Amino acid sequence: MSTQEAAIVGLTHHGSEDTGLGNRGPQSKSIVVPFGFWLFVLSDMVIFSALFATYASLVHATDGGPTTNELFDRGLVAVETVALLLSSFVCGLAMITAKRANMAWTQLWLVLTGVLGLVFLFIELYEFSSMIAEGAGPQRSAFLSAFFTLVGCHGLHVTCGLLWLGTMMAQIWSKGFQQHIIRRLLCFSIFWHALDIIWVAIFTIVYLIGTLT
Amino acid sequence: MSQYEEPQALNVAPGEPHNNIVSEVVAYVIGLGLALLLTGVSFWVASTTAIWGPGVATGLVVLAIAQMGVHLVFFLHITSGPDNTNNVLALAFGVMIVFLVMVGTIWIMGHMNANMGPTPEMANLMTQRG
Repeated sequence: MSTQEAAIVGLTHHGSEDTGLGNRGPQSKSIVVPFGFWLFVLSDMVIFSALFATYASLVHATDGGPTTNELFDRGLVAVETVALLLSSFVCGLAMITAKRANMAWTQLWLVLTGVLGLVFLFIELYEFSSMIAEGAGPQRSAFLSAFFTLVGCHGLHVTCGLLWLGTMMAQIWSKGFQQHIIRRLLCFSIFWHALDIIWVAIFTIVYLIGTLT
Repeated sequence: MSQYEEPQALNVAPGEPHNNIVSEVVAYVIGLGLALLLTGVSFWVASTTAIWGPGVATGLVVLAIAQMGVHLVFFLHITSGPDNTNNVLALAFGVMIVFLVMVGTIWIMGHMNANMGPTPEMANLMTQRG
């Protein structure tokens, strides 16, 4: 059996000794670290599932106040969605150039990732502030409490992600493309893609289903 | 490096990391294209009158799940490759918990709302239904 055939049936992975598939010791760090971070991301999604369940239970509990149809603007949501999706895509490009240790392109893609994330965040803050100005703040009804908790929690994640992004850009700049820095960047990209997955659920369940006539 | 041959393009799952910069970028571009397409279809389905009304919400949920799948495969590289077994198992467990929490809550709370009839003041207090 050639090495390639062995790789296809899963006995080995390109001849590497640390696949964990036999008695060859633990997986390499480049496998274990993203796996651990993936577990964190999945548990974060479990938290969001509770927030989604709360929102779905309370969406009609408007206490005579504004309803989903009166509050949400699909145009703004479309721009937010495209900005976050492009941000996720550009983050992937940054990973491709980072693997090849290309400083200029990596920093450029990461800046673009951050700018698109900021566009998303500013639109969300604009939406929140105009809702609060109209008297549709989180204290108005159970529906609005659930809305601000769910969407605000996602926005908070994006904010933290942007801070992390800035940190990673500084670390790449000062420490270069060392193995552990690349692993951190990989974890950031997993986080950033996961936020986009959660946003897909938010724009579908909250905004699109909320504005069906 | 000559120990093994570069796997042929057809042997690589869509999200599997490649060693070729072009095919890596192409995978991301395909993912972006599919995600944009599914997003566009979602917004169209939500605003069209060509689809039977009560089916629209279900259709939107299906489209959202499809888009999550695209993100998982093309952006997060969750594939059937040998390195990915643990990631896939963790994902399966996560999906199960998410499903139980969401469907269980919506099911139970929906029935509670329907069965809270006798004291309207109390029902209103509990759920703030106007």
